[in-house]
Amino acid sequence: MSKALTQVRAGFIPLVDAASMIVAKELGYAEAEGIDLVLAKETSWATIRDRLAVAHLDVAHILAPMPVAANLGLGPLSTPMVVPMALGTGANSVTVSNGLWTALSEFIAAADFDAGNTLEALAKVVEQRRQRKDPPLKLGIVHQFSAHHYQLAYWLAKAGINTIDDVSLVILPPPLLPDALASGSIDGFCAGEPWGTVAAFAGTGVILTTNAHIWRNSPEKVLGVRKEWMETHPDVLPGLIRAIYRAAQWCDATEHQDELARILARSEYVGQQAQLLRPCLSRRLKAPNGQYVHVDGFLNFASKAATFPWRSHALWFYSQIVRWGQAQYSEEGAAIARDTYRPDIYRAAVEPMGVEVPSANSKVEGALSGETLTGATQGKLSLGPDKFFDGSVFDPERLEDYLASFKTTS
Amino acid sequence: MADQTLHVLIIDDNRLRASIIEDGLSSGGQIRVTVLEETVDLLRRVVEIDPDVIFIDLENPNRDMLEHMFEVTRAVRRPIAMFVDQSDQASIEKAIEAGVSAYIVDGLKKERVRSIMDTAIHRFKAFQRLQRELEDAKSELADRKTIERAKSLLMRTRNLSEPDAYALLRKTAMNQNRRIAEIAESLILAAGLLGEENDK
Repeated sequence: MSKALTQVRAGFIPLVDAASMIVAKELGYAEAEGIDLVLAKETSWATIRDRLAVAHLDVAHILAPMPVAANLGLGPLSTPMVVPMALGTGANSVTVSNGLWTALSEFIAAADFDAGNTLEALAKVVEQRRQRKDPPLKLGIVHQFSAHHYQLAYWLAKAGINTIDDVSLVILPPPLLPDALASGSIDGFCAGEPWGTVAAFAGTGVILTTNAHIWRNSPEKVLGVRKEWMETHPDVLPGLIRAIYRAAQWCDATEHQDELARILARSEYVGQQAQLLRPCLSRRLKAPNGQYVHVDGFLNFASKAATFPWRSHALWFYSQIVRWGQAQYSEEGAAIARDTYRPDIYRAAVEPMGVEVPSANSKVEGALSGETLTGATQGKLSLGPDKFFDGSVFDPERLEDYLASFKTTS
Repeated sequence: MADQTLHVLIIDDNRLRASIIEDGLSSGGQIRVTVLEETVDLLRRVVEIDPDVIFIDLENPNRDMLEHMFEVTRAVRRPIAMFVDQSDQASIEKAIEAGVSAYIVDGLKKERVRSIMDTAIHRFKAFQRLQRELEDAKSELADRKTIERAKSLLMRTRNLSEPDAYALLRKTAMNQNRRIAEIAESLILAAGLLGEENDK
């Protein structure tokens, strides 16, 4: 490495959505911005958080709600964080054991991942188990402050299934979930790819539904930056954002899927066979009947403003943090959550590239039923759809009303 | 007094490391140590053991689960990770460098916890060193085997005596400022590519 490069230490967890960070290094996008990107593969989100806290890491591929939680002082060893960009949207699935699938399939007509039908079936099975006095189903999630947790709980709550008495949540790092499913210690899990596909290929699990069916183009991972590092390296962060942006565009291109699968397959990255990474990258997942079904809006690395740090995403996570009792609502807390995401830094960084950037910092989530052209800095930008499966809408300007709606329905 | 005893729980699936830490902590007196090697039914075990301090390998993938349990359950007195205030940043750094994370239950005398924390960190480091030494020993053995192979290759292909073969390897290594084992390895590799090494 040339001496002129600035070293940036970045942590990641082996998941497909770490791709843009990995490609930024592998294909030289970081180097072109004068950055020697040193990637550190970690085993758990707690380790990522701890290593950020003690400055072993400068930035990380991190669960979108984690920096919000850190700035709210929730959880141990939290350190002030900034989110100047997202690392794409989507790529999660809800995968269930063969046993649970057998019970569910009685109530499911079409094997098409539909979030409404599968939830109805799940509610019936949960009720059957209650009557039989069977123990509650155990569902795995990757972290308490994760999009998976909030999407799963949001989805289940719509059918009156709560995640305390009706089903119990078990936390495990993503790579351990397929084994936990195979060994019967959990009945299902919600996790990022490739782990749903790994279970489906091994024949030990069935992909039931996906995040795209629960909330289209929903936020997932972000670039988490230690605030102190950003302040001491003001000239480095914009280059890193541009490098990851270019890498994300590369990752989105259909013609790069095979090469991307090969890169991610390497043991220092995801460490799974390329054939297990391709379903996610081609947005075609293995349905319960064994067919591959295209999932619209399942995964975006760059397109549909997938790298833009929407403040409405930060606030939606805050609403769920409050909803599930992880924090008490306060105007101050909402402001902390909102300000964790920094669209201003993002815009300043990508502006020299002449790319389209949303002109708003927030949007009403769930309002776009199809692909929509919206106002952008240079002209128009294609966004959406961003529907929730239950058709409800989150207006970040009306956060308290949104919270009140959960009290009456759940 | 019995209630002066600190109860330390070590969660580690590495039996050797756990015993090294246990050994270090136990010699300090007024400390009771429990070791859990597996994490099956972890919450129930933690409640039963009711420790004052929990040490767990930083890389242990069950940490996310453990923290979630502390968050949602009222069955266990709620521990906090390491120390909370900024003055403890240095100890936290030391712990993470040594590869240990600690969860400390509220209401403890901080200074006492700090001293056992120091011991645990020390022991984790000692284990790291031991592991490194083992790896070095392993690679030394591998080096020796490689050199032996390269020597016999040279003896066969160049009709050299054993001391001459070794001298040639050593001279080449010195000229190129590389380790003998590296030279031996590239020689074997090259011979393999050229199809000269038929003895293996």
